[in-house]
Amino acid sequence: MKKRLLLSLLTVWVALTFTFVLVRQMPGDVLHTLALQLQNTHGLAYAQAREMAKLQICYDPDEPIFSQYCTYLSNLAHANLGRSTTYRIPVTQILASALPWTVFITFLSAGFSFALGVTLGFWTAWRRGTWLDPALTFYATLTQAIPDFLLGVMLLLVLGVQLQWLPLRGAYSAETDPGFNLPFLVSLGQHAILPVLAFSIPAIGSWALSAKATATSVLGEDYLQVARAKGLKPWRILRDYLGRNAIVPLISSLATNLGALLGGSMLIETLFGFPGLGYFLAQSIGTRDYPLMQGLFLLSTLAIVAGNLSAEWLSRRIDPRSRR
Amino acid sequence: MKRAGWAVLLTFILLALLGPMLIELDGTAHYEERFAAVSWKHWLGTDYAGRDVWAQLVHGSRDIMLIAFSTGAFAVLLALLIGVGSALAGGALDALLVGAIDVFLTVPSFPLMAILSALFRVGNPITFGLLLALWSWPGLARSLRAQVQVLQHREFMEVARLMRMGPWHILWGEIFPNLVPYLSLNFILIARNAITASVGIMMLGLVPLRVENWGMMLNLAAFQSGALFLPQGRLYLLAPLSAIVIFQYSLILVASSLEEYFDPRLRRG
Repeated sequence: MKKRLLLSLLTVWVALTFTFVLVRQMPGDVLHTLALQLQNTHGLAYAQAREMAKLQICYDPDEPIFSQYCTYLSNLAHANLGRSTTYRIPVTQILASALPWTVFITFLSAGFSFALGVTLGFWTAWRRGTWLDPALTFYATLTQAIPDFLLGVMLLLVLGVQLQWLPLRGAYSAETDPGFNLPFLVSLGQHAILPVLAFSIPAIGSWALSAKATATSVLGEDYLQVARAKGLKPWRILRDYLGRNAIVPLISSLATNLGALLGGSMLIETLFGFPGLGYFLAQSIGTRDYPLMQGLFLLSTLAIVAGNLSAEWLSRRIDPRSRR
Repeated sequence: MKRAGWAVLLTFILLALLGPMLIELDGTAHYEERFAAVSWKHWLGTDYAGRDVWAQLVHGSRDIMLIAFSTGAFAVLLALLIGVGSALAGGALDALLVGAIDVFLTVPSFPLMAILSALFRVGNPITFGLLLALWSWPGLARSLRAQVQVLQHREFMEVARLMRMGPWHILWGEIFPNLVPYLSLNFILIARNAITASVGIMMLGLVPLRVENWGMMLNLAAFQSGALFLPQGRLYLLAPLSAIVIFQYSLILVASSLEEYFDPRLRRG
């Protein structure tokens, strides 16, 4: 665990330093571009606009590089990520507004695909040798061949454009009033269906395959033979003997998976106009909005690291065998 | 099924090699033929500017293959260098490289690929492949390191050392042949992931390559020209999409047939 923690710190430090270097190594003078922009919009003298730009993107090339690095780190420690050059508001504000959307869609998709996939996998392992086995393998390979965003395009085309069953873009309808009321919640649910399906259809297959693999290894254990010999009902064996033991490794991979998803999917969120972290990341790269890009990148690195750490912690917590 | 995978893959490679010589691509706009239907003249209809979709698909296949296979080649090379090097070097260098592998495995790779390829204005498929490869090697490097560590303690390595064979002979004659199955399999898997990543980055419009590139076709069809919402534009959107899916599926089949070829225990019946 100590080693894992050290590695996480190292990873975060590499990511921090990477974004620090990135802004400074970029082709084209970032500061100059922004200064010119501010000069035009605010009617300032160039020198003044340049000072303002320095503050906004937290970048001062006139200082020696080491003190720039210290300022950068201390700014981060004070949660000062600069101002977005396109949205003209502090980056932290954008992060705070986008994070709940990504958390919402991620937890919904991961929960849905995990529950369905694992049940399917356990059931297939239990009924080995029936048609379920090849069907599952075929489903999993086929859905793996389709990148999730292309699946999203197909779903959008069929369910949104052709059949017009579901809304095409956004997180909720502009006609509803965000809050705890029925029309808003219904609209929220309708808008979430397409992105959740795009995430889940391939994920169900891969969860089912790994659940099948862990369950198959548990099926060979002696205590399962004993349970059968005792004449326990199949569903009880499935739930209490097979399920409980086979789910242990899966739960920690769920944590890793959540961490990886929490950075937001640039493609799915852009495709469905869903205002999460991935949507803003794609926007910020397209418009060369360095402060925003940097904040989002750091946040998704943190999410992955947190996911990995909680996976480690969970597997120790649930599985006494890994505590040594 | 496995044979079908190889057949489809070969068809795609032939298409990329010979297609552009046989089929002419007219890149100029013919707005009077905008979103034309399927006909003898336009096998898959035309796009928003009246350009032939089939010709674009054929000419674009080259870029996709180049990106996929150059990423695969660069990443395998990097993984070999770092994974095998780390196992053979041992000591402090090994610890350092293992740390680097772990860090590279953890940082979010798709955002990184997107950021770097957009900001450095990648202009050709090979450079794009190199950039994608920079973030595709660590998984393979880690398992190569483990494999070489196991190999080092096998009897034939002891014999080779006792026979005083040079380090180059040991590397090329003894270690490398044992890694070939694994390398070829991972080459395919990395190439497949590179297709997903590169198409994704191009679809977001972050890397402007030629309009007939499949990723660019998707970007134009889904986000720029409104083909997604026009019934006549369906083919322009679905043609590159299906091509990508079929190509990826063939790579999966080829990978699993390679796996069976190298590991006969997997063969059934």
